[in-house]
Amino acid sequence: MADSDIKAMTAQIPAVEFDETSFTTPVRLNEATVAIVTSAALHHPGDEEFTMLDIGYRVLESSNHDYLMRHWSPNFDATGFALDINTVFPIDRLQELVDQKIIGKVSDQHLSYAGNQFDLSSIRLDSGPAGAQFLKEQGVDVVLLTPV
Amino acid sequence: MCTRTVSTLAHIFEAAGMATIVLGSIKEQVEATAPPRALYCDFPLGRPLGEPLDPEFQHRVLESAFRLLEAKEPIIEEYDVSISDNGDEILACPLPPRHDPDLHPALDEVRGLRPAYERAVEKYGNRIGMGRIVQLEDLEEAIMALIRVTEGVPWKEAGIPGVPSRVSQDIRGYYETASLELSENAPRAWTGTRWFLKNTEAGKVLMAARQAMADSGANQPIWFYMTPGDD
Repeated sequence: MADSDIKAMTAQIPAVEFDETSFTTPVRLNEATVAIVTSAALHHPGDEEFTMLDIGYRVLESSNHDYLMRHWSPNFDATGFALDINTVFPIDRLQELVDQKIIGKVSDQHLSYAGNQFDLSSIRLDSGPAGAQFLKEQGVDVVLLTPV
Repeated sequence: MCTRTVSTLAHIFEAAGMATIVLGSIKEQVEATAPPRALYCDFPLGRPLGEPLDPEFQHRVLESAFRLLEAKEPIIEEYDVSISDNGDEILACPLPPRHDPDLHPALDEVRGLRPAYERAVEKYGNRIGMGRIVQLEDLEEAIMALIRVTEGVPWKEAGIPGVPSRVSQDIRGYYETASLELSENAPRAWTGTRWFLKNTEAGKVLMAARQAMADSGANQPIWFYMTPGDD
C-alpha cells in the first residue's frame, strides 16, 4: 500500500461539473480576513460527531486548538496532523502571516466538512451554500481549502 | 475524495463572493473539478501542507498558494516540491516485550503500549486516538471481538462494538498515537500505519479479521474500509 496506490484508487471518481467557474477579485491580502475550510472532518470535543454520510459542517474556533480528526475514511495519513495540526489546518501559520502584516486578519471561525462523500449533491445545494453564508457573515474575504 | 470535496466547495464559496484557494493533493481531481484557484501539491494524502513540525516548509506552500490571488482568471498551478512515499518504509518503533504469557499477544501488547499512548495524548491531545466508538477502557474487548472473528465466529456475532471500519480506526488511532512517543523520529507519511498493520500483533489481528470477513462473504464495504487501500 503506497500513497500513489490510494490516489489512483480515487483519481477517477467523477467530478462535480460546474457550467461556469465563478471568479471573485479578492481584496488586498494584507487587508483580507482569511478563513480555513477543511474536509478533514475536524471538530471540537463535545461537538456533534460526523456520521458516515454527514454532509454538514462543524465550526472551528481560532481560539481553541483542541481539534479532533474524526474522518470516516482510512485512506490518508493522520500522523502528520497528530504531530502538528498545521499540517492540515494551518492556523498558527496564518496568525504568523498576520503578525508579518502579509494577511489582514485570521477569521475567528472556520469550517470543517467530511470529505468522504461520494455524492456531493447535498453539499453543493445545501451545506456548501450554508457554509458560504456563514463565512460571509463573519466577514471572510479569502478561503483557504485543505483536503486530507 | 477530499480534494474533490474542497474543489467543489471552492466553486460555491467563490460564487458567494469570497476568493478561494484549494491546496489539492490528487491532480486528476483538481483538474476535473477545476476550482477557481488551486495549488496542486504532490504530497502524501493527509498532509496538504507537506511537512509537520516544519513551519518554514509550510510557509513556502502558503506563499505559493496566496500568490494565486494575483491571477486575473482561474488558475491551477503545481507546487515545485514533491514528497514521495515508496510504499515500503515502516516506522522504526519499538514494541513492548511480552509480559503476560496467558494473554493473547495483541492484548498483552495493548496493555504495554498504554503508558506511551497516555503520554502522547497528554502531549499532543487526543487528535487521532480513541473515542469514535471505542473508549480507551473498552479497547481490549474490541480487539477480543476481532480475535473471535479470526477464530471463526461470524462477525455479526463476535461482539464488534460498532461499524467495523470505525472500530478499526480507533484501534489504529491508539497505535499511531502511541507511536509518537515511542519513535525517535517524527513518522514520515504512512510509515506509522504500515508499522501498525505489519509489525504489531493488533494490526495482524485486524488484517486477519478483515480477511475472514471477506472470505465469509460479508458485504465488501463492511470489511474493505477497515484498513487503507487494498491491503
